[in-house]
Amino acid sequence: MLRVFWCVLLRDLTLALRRRTDVLTTLFFFIIVVSLFPLGVGTERQILQILGPGVVWVAALLASMLALERLFAADYEDGTLEQMVLTAQPLSLLVLAKITAHWLLTGLPLVLIAPLVGMQYHLSDDAILIMMLALLLGTPVLSLIGAIGAALTLGLRGGGILLSLLILPLYIPVLVYGAGAVTASGIDMADTRPYLALLGAFLVAALTFAPLASSAALKISIE
Amino acid sequence: MLAVTQLQCKRGDRLLFSGLDFAVAGGTLLHVRGANGSGKTTLLRSLCGLFTPDSGEIRWKGEPTRRLGEDYRRDLLYFGHLNGIKGDLTGIENLRIAATLDGDRVEDSAIWAALARIGLVGFEDLPTRMLSQGQKKRVALARLILSKAPLWILDEPFTALDVGAVDLLETLIAEHVAHAGIVVLTTHQEVGLTSGQVERLHLGG
Repeated sequence: MLRVFWCVLLRDLTLALRRRTDVLTTLFFFIIVVSLFPLGVGTERQILQILGPGVVWVAALLASMLALERLFAADYEDGTLEQMVLTAQPLSLLVLAKITAHWLLTGLPLVLIAPLVGMQYHLSDDAILIMMLALLLGTPVLSLIGAIGAALTLGLRGGGILLSLLILPLYIPVLVYGAGAVTASGIDMADTRPYLALLGAFLVAALTFAPLASSAALKISIE
Repeated sequence: MLAVTQLQCKRGDRLLFSGLDFAVAGGTLLHVRGANGSGKTTLLRSLCGLFTPDSGEIRWKGEPTRRLGEDYRRDLLYFGHLNGIKGDLTGIENLRIAATLDGDRVEDSAIWAALARIGLVGFEDLPTRMLSQGQKKRVALARLILSKAPLWILDEPFTALDVGAVDLLETLIAEHVAHAGIVVLTTHQEVGLTSGQVERLHLGG
């Protein structure tokens, strides 16, 4: 089981390394969107501190959407997805490996770049720490939920826009609690715990159901 | 080993075939024929479980394939219109991943040998997108050499292959059938088989 998981994970990471542009576009998209706001609304310290958490999270949602479309599409086009469905392995395990690779390539870089981005919004050290924690818990949820949408819209014409319409509403809870955690850290660090706990609960729930739901959706899309 | 009863498939509203019955025993080549659009690919995809037939049942060793699930897929090798190889990975990497996903532990030396046999010496370490159509197909066909699956389902395996590769593929199929394997294939050309049984199934008309 683990060997197969590793195999698919390494495969997707190798593929991404050979096509670095896909990974870098997501990261630069995130950085640019986040940087546009201070330029647009001015450098007023207080406004930026209020805006910061929400802007970072919205940018993270959009950035994670960007690469989602390609999650299964490339494998679908060259027939490797078909072969994956036909292997003697649980499809949900292979899907989970693909989602993990997607998160490592698109979610984790956002977590790591967050301190740099936070500084543009004059966020305190505490707020930045909480933002990183919240992103660490929240971005995998984005990849997991997004995978269901990517599997459902696979092979459809104009699937990209449909995918956004389908998935963005489902991202709302993560957005609310993710941004909420950072805002709460400005009042009292202890207040952030329930937010983080809820994000953790989302992660556990998504980890349990999303691979199963995506693999079921994939089987339908492949027909 | 492979038995199909009263199979009916539709594509949209169009009925492709209905009431299809056949059984294939070990050591047999089943050659599915029919005009373009007669449902050959749909039949083959139904046999794999990639397509859900409207009615009818497909049994493998007496058990419905739907219920066997992973146990059936372990016995199956499907070769479709798409090669199922990654253009950014080398031939070696592609085959190694395919073998791992099939649950086989294949030595790298075996993969090199398979690629050598299929006629790709010197191309093993190139990303497969640099190869020609026929060479890509050869990489995909090297899976046949490495696979231990008793049931091969091959959809148009001979297209884009040169004379040498066609000969080799015919040899591989003959060897597989001689070892009591089953091959179900569609092709518009005659397949020369020296041993084993060849059965023909005509779809449409």
